[in-house]
Amino acid sequence: MGLRVLAAMSGGVDSAVAAARIAEAGHDVTGVHLALSANPQSHRTGARGCCTIEDSRDARRAADVIGIPFYIWDMAERFQRDVIEDFVAEYAAGRTPNPCLRCNEKIKFAAVLDRALALGFDAVATGHHARLADGVLSRSPDQGKDQSYVLGVLTREQLAHAIFPLGDSTKAEVRAEAARRGLTVADKPDSHDICFIADGDTRGFLADRLGSAEGPIVDEEGAVVGSHQGAHGFTVGQRKGLRIDRPAPDGRPRYVLSIEPVSNTVKVGPRSALEVTTIHCGPPVWNGPDRRDDLTVQLRAHGEVYGCRFAEVAGGLRIDLDRPATGVAAGQAAVLYSGDTVIGSATIRSASRGEAG
Amino acid sequence: MLPEAIEAMTEQLRRVGNPSSLHAAGRQTRRVVEESRESIADALGARPSEVVFTSGGTEADNLAIKGLYWARRPRRRVLLSAIEHHAALDPAHWLAESQGAEVELLEVDEHGMVHPDTLRAAVERDPDDVAVISVMWANNEVGTVQPLHVLAAVAHDHGIPFHTDAVQAVGQLPVSFAASGADALTLTGHKVGGPMGAGALLLARGLTPVPVQHGGGQERDVRSGTLDAPAIAGLAAAVRTAVAHQEETSRHLTALRDELIERVRQAVPGVVLNGHPTERLPGNAHFSFPGCEGDALLMLLDAKGVECSTGSACSAGVAQPSHVLLAMGAAAAAARGSLRFSLGHTSTREDIDRLIEVLPAAVERARRAGLS
Repeated sequence: MGLRVLAAMSGGVDSAVAAARIAEAGHDVTGVHLALSANPQSHRTGARGCCTIEDSRDARRAADVIGIPFYIWDMAERFQRDVIEDFVAEYAAGRTPNPCLRCNEKIKFAAVLDRALALGFDAVATGHHARLADGVLSRSPDQGKDQSYVLGVLTREQLAHAIFPLGDSTKAEVRAEAARRGLTVADKPDSHDICFIADGDTRGFLADRLGSAEGPIVDEEGAVVGSHQGAHGFTVGQRKGLRIDRPAPDGRPRYVLSIEPVSNTVKVGPRSALEVTTIHCGPPVWNGPDRRDDLTVQLRAHGEVYGCRFAEVAGGLRIDLDRPATGVAAGQAAVLYSGDTVIGSATIRSASRGEAG
Repeated sequence: MLPEAIEAMTEQLRRVGNPSSLHAAGRQTRRVVEESRESIADALGARPSEVVFTSGGTEADNLAIKGLYWARRPRRRVLLSAIEHHAALDPAHWLAESQGAEVELLEVDEHGMVHPDTLRAAVERDPDDVAVISVMWANNEVGTVQPLHVLAAVAHDHGIPFHTDAVQAVGQLPVSFAASGADALTLTGHKVGGPMGAGALLLARGLTPVPVQHGGGQERDVRSGTLDAPAIAGLAAAVRTAVAHQEETSRHLTALRDELIERVRQAVPGVVLNGHPTERLPGNAHFSFPGCEGDALLMLLDAKGVECSTGSACSAGVAQPSHVLLAMGAAAAAARGSLRFSLGHTSTREDIDRLIEVLPAAVERARRAGLS
């Protein structure tokens, strides 16, 4: 007997094929589009954003082709509180959040999953590119599309009720299958960027909400080298958009090293000063098998992976990298892998040039 | 669709001919259109010349409200009940936003009824400035039937044209255009077992709304566009059949509806019947299920083969609390936890048995899922 599965359908090609596959596998599937914006735009422009009315129609059209019931769930309030406001608050605190990860953690596999379970569903399926077998999460064979990082924060309990039907496929295979199945979203552009910032101007979005206040840009010695209109406009590792008048003495480019929200100060320095080898994290979530071989850690979405060792310390997790990493920002997740398998994750609090190195 | 409507429509689909043409095929089609007009007029107590064919209820409402507003400028006031369908509310709001109209929504009581005193008081604030009044015959969500003749009489005391959206009433209630006192009346095909995309505005002679769409001057010059003869033939057959069986249908549906209401009340303690206890459409039962989200309940019932409706408006497909229930004084949460069960000519006691079999568990589950 099949499971009762709620397929979250964004209106994109991945979630459409995911829903089609589980329906074909004999499960009792209901498609649900999550309305995340209180005032959706009517049309999408290019690859940006999601949750337009057009997207909800695309999702409904796909559900009709697959032949499953389709509903729209209004999650705008939860999304506003748990993702958008969290995003703004994190930047205000000098951290760099990942809203997609937060959406998986708080919306798709929390608010939606809870409601689905209460309504008698057994699981929530999504079009994420990641493998999930017996509750164990691992990387997609499509390296460029792998989304195990943004799912790495889920707990065992959350993963136990998740289904990722695209786990073994590449994006190209998914698109070809969509076309074969007569799903009209086969050619729809991939979504990138942050869905609730329709124009892609994150700095403008934050300035609208946090205001702008001029503050100093200082170098490693504390000398003022420029000014900015709000520390929340910066991310550790950022190079572009600093608009520093005076070049560095050695003429090499300068990067954001740290953000101090209280004094509204942005510290910059050479790339070498960005290099860190020890990551200090909050309490870990262990969601994978108890394997410790071939350990690596990923420190941001689509970021490099680093060989590592880790140790649980008071109040959190300490990760020592095999080689220096740059652009490690507080607020991002450190997702730990054994080979391609996710074993756990923790939120980055700070990073340093550790003794280990 | 009713078999009579399907037959009339398909017969006409095989023919060619534009009813506005002079050649033989055109004359043949025109005959079908005019016979349809006469048939609808006869069934609804109107004169043939009072039947203006439209693409359905929305177009008829737009033509009546916008057209009469424009025709009666410089009068600016538009009075509507607060529980009108969006096909009437939205044209009125558009008139207010872009055409200088002053729209006033008439309050309803907790049963969704417009009191004649409410209308009279509103009119008498400045009767000479009222362009048009529109109150639906029966409400599509909660089923409340309005005291239409009395309301129309209030309008007539002041010589103001009175429009009624009777989409829900035709075929369910005795409807006579002449006896109602209305000057304009909207009906649509798919609510009487006819085709979708076909409807009419019954329009008293002497009343000339400004057209919403201009063109070849068909339909008394107020609704241009080549007539859809097959759809009109289907519409006429459906109206004729529905009206001929109205009394019997009404008796059958009222008995079924009362049984449904009684059994739902027994099966789900705390359920609230919305709308008027007696003055309601024969096939309408509308409930609030405290603690439930209507959408969740609908999904659970649909999965068990019971089809119902939240009856709420959609914006991007997101359910909004019904403006009808809010106007009746319901709290937003109660409004969201509401469902309508509609009974029609195919409904049976077995359908009610099925509903009662699955409803308590669905309500229980929806309550646990809570209001999101």
